[in-house]
Amino acid sequence: MGEEKKRPSIDELSAENQGLKAELEKLRRERAAWLGKYGSVPKRDEVLFDTLSGCEVQPLYTPLDIGTYDPAYADKLGFPGEYPFTRGPYTTMYRTRLWTMRQFSGFGTSEETNQRYKYLLDHGQTGLSVAFDFPTLMGYDSDDRRSEGEVGVCGVAISSLADMETLFDGIPLKDVSVSMTINGPAMMLYCFLLATAEKQGVDIREFRGTIQNDILKEYMAQHAWIFPPEPALKIIADIFEWSSVNAPKFNTISISGYHIREAGSTALQELAFTLKNGFTYVEKGIKRGLDVNEFAPRLSFFWDVHNDFFEEIAKFRAARRIWARHMKEIYGAKDPDSWRLRTHAQTAGVSLMAQQPENNITRVAYQGLAAVLGGTQSLHTNALDETLALPTEKAVRIALRTQQILAYETGVPSTIDPLAGSYYVEWLTDQMEEGAERIFAEIDEMGGVVKGIEDGYFQGQIALSAERFQHEVETNRRIIVGVNDFTGGNEDLSIDLLRIGPEIEEKQRQRLADLRERRDQAEVDGALERLAEAARNDENLMEPVLDAVRAYATLGEIRHALEKIYGRFREPVFF
Amino acid sequence: MVERKIRVLVGKPGLDGHDRGAKVVAAALRDAGMEVIYTGLHQTPEQIVQAAIQEDVDVVALSILSGAHMTLFPRVLNLLREEGADHVLLTGGGIIPSEDMEKLQEMGVGQLFGPGTPTTDAVAYIREWFTKNRAGDDEG
Repeated sequence: MGEEKKRPSIDELSAENQGLKAELEKLRRERAAWLGKYGSVPKRDEVLFDTLSGCEVQPLYTPLDIGTYDPAYADKLGFPGEYPFTRGPYTTMYRTRLWTMRQFSGFGTSEETNQRYKYLLDHGQTGLSVAFDFPTLMGYDSDDRRSEGEVGVCGVAISSLADMETLFDGIPLKDVSVSMTINGPAMMLYCFLLATAEKQGVDIREFRGTIQNDILKEYMAQHAWIFPPEPALKIIADIFEWSSVNAPKFNTISISGYHIREAGSTALQELAFTLKNGFTYVEKGIKRGLDVNEFAPRLSFFWDVHNDFFEEIAKFRAARRIWARHMKEIYGAKDPDSWRLRTHAQTAGVSLMAQQPENNITRVAYQGLAAVLGGTQSLHTNALDETLALPTEKAVRIALRTQQILAYETGVPSTIDPLAGSYYVEWLTDQMEEGAERIFAEIDEMGGVVKGIEDGYFQGQIALSAERFQHEVETNRRIIVGVNDFTGGNEDLSIDLLRIGPEIEEKQRQRLADLRERRDQAEVDGALERLAEAARNDENLMEPVLDAVRAYATLGEIRHALEKIYGRFREPVFF
Repeated sequence: MVERKIRVLVGKPGLDGHDRGAKVVAAALRDAGMEVIYTGLHQTPEQIVQAAIQEDVDVVALSILSGAHMTLFPRVLNLLREEGADHVLLTGGGIIPSEDMEKLQEMGVGQLFGPGTPTTDAVAYIREWFTKNRAGDDEG
């Protein structure tokens, strides 16, 4: 090749273009400053950050590393841990600390689940995530007639502080962070957890953990609610207010796209609906008179990770950028912690197939990889048998090992946001951002999130997307291995399943009967009466609920006391 | 003679909130020309059977993803029998292990459908059952 055909270097180009030259120098300075500050941070112990061929891997790569320059870089991508956070919420990401491996788990009574938690911790899991049964999710006691047949089946049955104490018996809540998927009765279960931590001697001001507490997506998709939207949002604002003073390190909400997605939405709808819910909570907090810089850092998120690999990664990156921009520019948050979107992720339950269920291991591995490339802070990987039943110990172990292989064998965590600069990934990230902004405008036009729920907008959009996807599968325009193609082997269904027998319900009812026998009934009645009074007076309900919980009032009793004042949500049927 | 439309009640019994499958199947049955009544969420077996009788349906299709199928299917089946509505087909789907499907079918529940079933299978099954069992009922 002749010398005259050589592509000019960016330095040669910038010599002729003063604007480009200035931007290039700025990026060089910023990169040098970033590397100066974070390039030599403490690494995880004994971890090699070089490739298998022995090439040293830097924590961060930018356009400068390949001699190109992207004029949108500073505005759209920037540096990890810095506005607009596209490249990650934290500066050094997995170089310093791997994501938390947090398997969602619960079944039977608190005794069975306590054993499962100890098993998971023994096998290297680093955080806990509580799956409750349907009665608990809906705020019913295990001995309520509506609970029959469902106690301990889909998750663990927790009806009182006594059950929560058993759940974490021998597990130090000071050291192991707990996340609880609970929404309608979030305040009650949060108080069960706080009271348990108190009894373990934990300083609540230092207490870490997460409650999902995202009621808006319950109305949209997951459907475990108690009260109508307005009182439900008041209770959430109570939790924000109380916790910002008393439990400032606790994540008081995990704004969740997962259930919206599982109910049938697209990735873009998941992104847009969820962020819009987040903005709605921020507005509620501000309206309550709270300082956005005080409560916004305690908001966290929860995404689904489905099969479309690059779209999922783009979703995570776009979410951080959109959140940061809105928090800074629209809600006027000043503290960078208020701009930073932190997230949990779970592989897509709905993508698991009953046909040749072993193939689910592969699906989960790809999805887990997408979550990590997207920069998640914690991850649940589904077990291969969850499309048939709650997972067996072996299936859960394989799911956890899948994360460990990703963390320790693949080299993926060695460098931050490795897909930045990919034409496709950056284009998709921009598409997701633009698409989400269009949906925000549509929701604003209809009068906001609560109005959209009341009118069935979200429910309708989600159902339409689910129908469209099903149609695409049934017309073979989307192939699902084992379902509409590659079905050889479908006859082999020989996997072991976990069984929850009827004796579990009996045992839990007995636990509850014993509790009702031994507690001080007058104390319970008094606490419940004070709670009802506080609700009537529109006071913050956290302290009265905590008092009722400490007296061993049950979940159903607290629900009942509040339902008398707030009423019950009944979904308009949209079909 | 105009063939009468098949009437189907799609029900979500128990506390289970997963309605993606129920809605997708309900839409597919409707698109296949059936009259579909969807109960909405969190129904008790009593509410479902009452609605089935009031609406005079041919088929009750339950969607259960909560693992409570061994409680809820038999309860709906027995209530239908108690109410003299045992001519109604009770079918459904969800997260149901195959051994449980077999047990429920032995009790008198119709065919049950697991994850990954094309909706066309459910449509074909209901049509076939209707032709065999009910098609002539309301003629004349």
